[in-house]
Amino acid sequence: MSTPLLEIRDLRAGIAGNEILKGVSLTIRAGEIHAIMGPNGSGKSTLANVLMGNPTYEVTGGDILLKGERINDLSPDERARLGLFLAFQYPVPVPGVTLVNFLRQALNAVRGQEVPVREFRELLFEKMDLLKMDRDFARRYVNDGFSGGEKKRAEMLQMAVLQPTVAVLDETDSGLDIDALRTVAEAVNRIMNPEMGLLLITHYQRLLNYIRPHFVHVLIDGRIVRSGGPELAEELEARGYEALEAELAASGN
Amino acid sequence: MSTAPLIREEGYKWGFYDPVEALYKAKPGLSHEIIDVISDMKGEPQWMREFRHRALEIFWKKQNPPWGSPELQSIDFDSIHYYVRATDRDARSWDDVPEYIRRTFDRLGIPEAEQKYLAGVGAQYDSEVVYHNIRKDLEAKGVIFLGMDQGLKEHEDLVREYFGTVVPPADNKYAALNSAVWSGGSFIYVPPGVKVEIPLQAYFRINSEAMGQFERTLIIADEGSQVHYVEGCTAPIYSKDSLHAAVVEIIVKRGARVRYTTIQNWSTNVYNLVTKRAVAYADAVMEWVDGNLGSKLTMKYPSVYLMEPGAHGEILSLAFAGAGQHQDAGGKIIHAAPHTTSTIVSKSLSKDGGRTSYRGLLKVYEDCYDVKAKVRCDALLLDETSRSDTYPTMEIDAPDVHIEHEAYVSKLSEDQLFYLRSRGLSEDAAAKMIVNGFVEPIVKELPMEYAVELNRLIELQMDGALG
Ligand SMILES: Nc1ncnc2c1ncn2[C@@H]1O[C@H](COP(=O)(O)OP(=O)(O)OP(=O)(O)O)[C@@H](O)[C@H]1O
Ligand SMILES: [Mg+2]
Repeated sequence: MSTPLLEIRDLRAGIAGNEILKGVSLTIRAGEIHAIMGPNGSGKSTLANVLMGNPTYEVTGGDILLKGERINDLSPDERARLGLFLAFQYPVPVPGVTLVNFLRQALNAVRGQEVPVREFRELLFEKMDLLKMDRDFARRYVNDGFSGGEKKRAEMLQMAVLQPTVAVLDETDSGLDIDALRTVAEAVNRIMNPEMGLLLITHYQRLLNYIRPHFVHVLIDGRIVRSGGPELAEELEARGYEALEAELAASGN
Repeated sequence: MSTAPLIREEGYKWGFYDPVEALYKAKPGLSHEIIDVISDMKGEPQWMREFRHRALEIFWKKQNPPWGSPELQSIDFDSIHYYVRATDRDARSWDDVPEYIRRTFDRLGIPEAEQKYLAGVGAQYDSEVVYHNIRKDLEAKGVIFLGMDQGLKEHEDLVREYFGTVVPPADNKYAALNSAVWSGGSFIYVPPGVKVEIPLQAYFRINSEAMGQFERTLIIADEGSQVHYVEGCTAPIYSKDSLHAAVVEIIVKRGARVRYTTIQNWSTNVYNLVTKRAVAYADAVMEWVDGNLGSKLTMKYPSVYLMEPGAHGEILSLAFAGAGQHQDAGGKIIHAAPHTTSTIVSKSLSKDGGRTSYRGLLKVYEDCYDVKAKVRCDALLLDETSRSDTYPTMEIDAPDVHIEHEAYVSKLSEDQLFYLRSRGLSEDAAAKMIVNGFVEPIVKELPMEYAVELNRLIELQMDGALG
């Protein structure tokens, strides 16, 4: 079997001495889609941020390997250039910077070379069409005054343009209306390819109806407490986390 | 004789100097004698000579403003050369400008810009305007664009009517100093209804060490006319400080529109203490776009007096202070008539221990109803050692006014940096992008060429290159 795209080994991380991730392990291979579900505050976004190298969080143990290379000590931009992408739960506004300008610089950065203007425009418009976005939208300032749904769609546009190897989508479905969810999910399925790995963080089974995961993991209190196939998501949807927690407690786990 | 400039700040690309003796260089220091020398050499009318002498007395009596930077106390008025004449010609063709001066302006890209996108150019070198020219079609329409000295010679009546009326010598210590020893600057008159669609530009260059440059600009926009004037400035880097104390007076008549854009890029041994003021009459629009990147200390608050109903004033101020710099900038709007509106937008950046201050005045006189005014100040601190302060003053003596005031000081946001870096941008590139976005509301107001220039200067400043 080939080297996993992303390998997380016993990852521990926190903030100001407060441990949030208490030993998370997860392996994503090429072509795989994984979903992480879990109650509010269980550490899902923390995991996403730590994978991307957010300096706010301190990694206190474990390893993160991207395509076999340990990336614990790499900066966020180095990770991005290696092919990692994070779609933020709360994308950050950058007033005065147009989406088109931002995307162009980002693409140049991850490719490590200047992309010709024409090629860039064609790529941008193709991906905007894929996401059913109005072309004028590219002239707006990044996330500045975007609606919740627009922000999420813009995150997907960035992913589509940058074409990462491993993408982490942190609650990309929340904030999207039903039609938008379908559009975005279809786009993700189009972007996904056998060389790529995907980690979806979500609260809702609905997203997983559109993007079928191969594996589902349940994160509670900084630990993955159960892993399974897509049926696990359905079970959670039906029974909730509390039932699962009670079961785990009963089994002494 | 000048000593060679220091090359301590490598990134400042305008720090070169011309190693030549000036035609005439006054001994350092101020006196009534030096004023007579200046006035004689210029062949001025008696009233101007007397105006200068009176102003000198005022300068000697006036104190520095109590709120001004303590740095002001370190200006050594006795060591400054108040008048340095490099050439005795104000040429209309670059071919008639002395070779070495022409080369300087070539290096600054002025003749090239003139060909490409300007309606007219004035170039001042030390105390005197060495070149000015305006497109023939505008001249044929009666637009006047001259050096101030030549303006006084050729249009004495017009100059006498307005000179010193908007900024009287007693306004402040440096306005008095300028009134006493002024030399150079621009004189512009735009006849009724004439619209000058592309900018006129003046470029101010200091070449000598320990030099005082005191240009004086007077712009009269007659009824329904329109003009955009742009000024730029640079100087060599010397160990001794230079002083730049300009006065700009603008009269915007009924229905006229004036925009005055400054890209100030003095070397960091220049004190830049400038008084800029405009009066706007009925339905007139006055806009100041004021970018301050260079200098050691700048104190400058472009002002608009809204004199009649329908007048609108706008001040867009951008300041960037790097190591050893203090940009004390802002603006003043005085609503002296009902139905008047104004906007002040100030954006400041501080880095490497640099300091920016926003100082503003918004005044609404009694009986001035239906007034709308907006003030917005944003300061961005790029590191822990830098500083920014806001000193807004509001004097509102009328009841029916609508005023919005917002002021924010922020640090470079960790969230924004992380977001941009997660897309592959280096820390440096991410910071630059945030800064570019921050100044965008001002930069987008500039003609494309100047927007490019300003963004470039900001990037150099970000690299610590302007020092
Ligand atoms: N920057 C931070 N500062 C302080 N506490 C934090 C920070 N980030 C996360 N936490 C804490 O860590 C815990 C996990 O937060 P995290 O955002 O990872 O949860 P989540 O699983 O993504 O929740 P949600 O489903 O609500 O998005 C929470 O208790 C949260 O308050
Ligand atoms: Mg979260």
